[in-house]
Amino acid sequence: MKILLRAGESRWLAPAAVLGAVVLTLLLTAGPIRLAGANPVAAYQRYTINPLTTPGGIGDVLLAATPLLFTGLAVAVAFRVGYFNIGAEGQFLAGAIAATIPGLYLPGLPAALALPLAAASGALGGLLWGFLPAFLKRRAHIDEVVTTLLLNPVALLLVQGLLNGPWRNSETGFPDSDRYGAGYTLPTLAEGSRVHWGFVIGLALVVVVFVVMSFTPLGLRLRAAGQSPGAARFSGIRVTTLQFRSALVSGALAGLGGAVQVLGVQHQLTASISNGYGYTGVVVATLGALTAGGVLLVSLLLGDIAVGAQNASIALQLPTQMGAIVSSTLLLAVVALLAARRYRVVLRRPFVRRRSTAERGDS
Amino acid sequence: MDFPLLAVLAATLTIATPLVWAALGALINERAGILNLGIEGTMYAGAFVGFLTAVTTGNPYLGLGTAVVAGLAAGALMGLLTVTLGVNQHVAGIGTTLLLVAACDFTNRLLFATGTQQAAASFERWFPGLGVLAQYPMTFVAFLVLAPLLWWVLRSTGFGLRLHAVGENPEAADAAGIPVARTRYAALMLGSALMAVGGSFLTLSLLGTFTLDIVSGRGWICIALVIFGRWKVWPVVAGALLFGFTDALQLQLAITPLFSGVPNELLIAFPYLVVIAALAVWGRRVRYPGAYLTPYRRA
Repeated sequence: MKILLRAGESRWLAPAAVLGAVVLTLLLTAGPIRLAGANPVAAYQRYTINPLTTPGGIGDVLLAATPLLFTGLAVAVAFRVGYFNIGAEGQFLAGAIAATIPGLYLPGLPAALALPLAAASGALGGLLWGFLPAFLKRRAHIDEVVTTLLLNPVALLLVQGLLNGPWRNSETGFPDSDRYGAGYTLPTLAEGSRVHWGFVIGLALVVVVFVVMSFTPLGLRLRAAGQSPGAARFSGIRVTTLQFRSALVSGALAGLGGAVQVLGVQHQLTASISNGYGYTGVVVATLGALTAGGVLLVSLLLGDIAVGAQNASIALQLPTQMGAIVSSTLLLAVVALLAARRYRVVLRRPFVRRRSTAERGDS
Repeated sequence: MDFPLLAVLAATLTIATPLVWAALGALINERAGILNLGIEGTMYAGAFVGFLTAVTTGNPYLGLGTAVVAGLAAGALMGLLTVTLGVNQHVAGIGTTLLLVAACDFTNRLLFATGTQQAAASFERWFPGLGVLAQYPMTFVAFLVLAPLLWWVLRSTGFGLRLHAVGENPEAADAAGIPVARTRYAALMLGSALMAVGGSFLTLSLLGTFTLDIVSGRGWICIALVIFGRWKVWPVVAGALLFGFTDALQLQLAITPLFSGVPNELLIAFPYLVVIAALAVWGRRVRYPGAYLTPYRRA
């Protein structure tokens, strides 16, 4: 047996690799599910199909997908230009903090003023949290991966510090903030549903990013800068400036996600507000091939799995962390098999000369 | 107020220990051209697996051994993804971290569902009467064995030079007959094993138990330390000591009346900010290994 580089690539290979990755993920995660004493088939059914069988379940999926839309877009926008922002977690938290400031100190504002103010504040907070790494990258060529990563625990500490200090709940004394003024509630989409307008905002941003990336000169420059920075620079595109601005937009998107999460779901700041959404954003953006449409699809899929994992933890006594195992295994399986499609396996006698040109066509 | 200098120095060595192990592991990876963002998850796995073994067997040495095995496995996974398949290293690393953390939390939840964390059999400090020198065994090994040994291996042995070659110029290394893929696998597995030992220090020496989020960004610190130390053993150790010192200082200040008004979390965040500042000052325009982030395929 011998493994050789493939000469060409056929159209069905990428979808086949993704399908293969799904099957591989199911096989690999069956082991731990059995270990937990649950039936893998029943578990997968809960993870994927069950949440979608009731209107309430679908609502929960949309609700779970909402923060992922923002962090997924944030990561995709940055990665696309070759800026590896792995700090969406910190920027999401910074956005939640920034949106809390008007929520606590200007509680009397009517919704028409309060919501735009809090959302803008959140976006600005995320942008500012992303500014330092972007600035250091631009001015001193300091690797953004490290600085964005390091600022994630700092943002969490800032949240905890605020909640243990000035923003401690004045009624209960617990480390979560007071509830915001009445105007700071993102309305729900339908009576009795928990899905709020944040999902619609996320959808609108997906459309905006799609249009900008696909149909504008700016989008062309962004894609060029990411795919081949040397050639882009040669044709007069200012790559570092584009990266810097994308980094700020990325931070603002993640920060807006944090604001939307506190305004739409919690109505107060809590230490567990993020739940790893920033890191999951890397999964969402990568599986979504760094495209806006892909981010939407993968957000919904991971939202589905997250809701399913909640249900399965009650119905099958399967710890919720299984959901994270499934999504991270899926990520690794997809990137692995997409990379593996560059190779072909020749089973025997690779030295026998066959019809090499014909073979190139059908592989 | 007299400042307890000796206590702070002793704490510096203790806090720096897991960072020395894991950062030198990351250094080995990066010398071979691979940025291993799986470090956070690998440390977490080392901490959890070591703890689990020590709880069930009552022997911390066995815990250390299984942590090494977990690290080797994590390194092999990274090798499969980044060396054999040539996946984007950022994505492979973050994916590995997410998977390992989720797998450990899942297992932790299955085995210790009641929420009561058991204490594991853990290492005792050596030389309890000697002030600064009363340290855990892994601290002595880190500073007196690991760092000098690695320094010597990297600069004077065939393996060290091969690592350097595949990290700087894999084409030339390949032409010279060095097996690039095998060397990179070796680097990843060895480096990841060191990261796992660093993680296991947290459970088997420092705390004696396992808590969720126990690594809390130490892996990212190590990645920064390697850049800060410009891929050289002693500067990386010095960086770990700098972080250890700021963290020890922070812990000391937290119990000092003068600083009682400062929020604890601000003090805990201080060392992270010091590392970023150090990076901003000394990390400018550093020269990365020639084949950093680049998979190698024969043309």
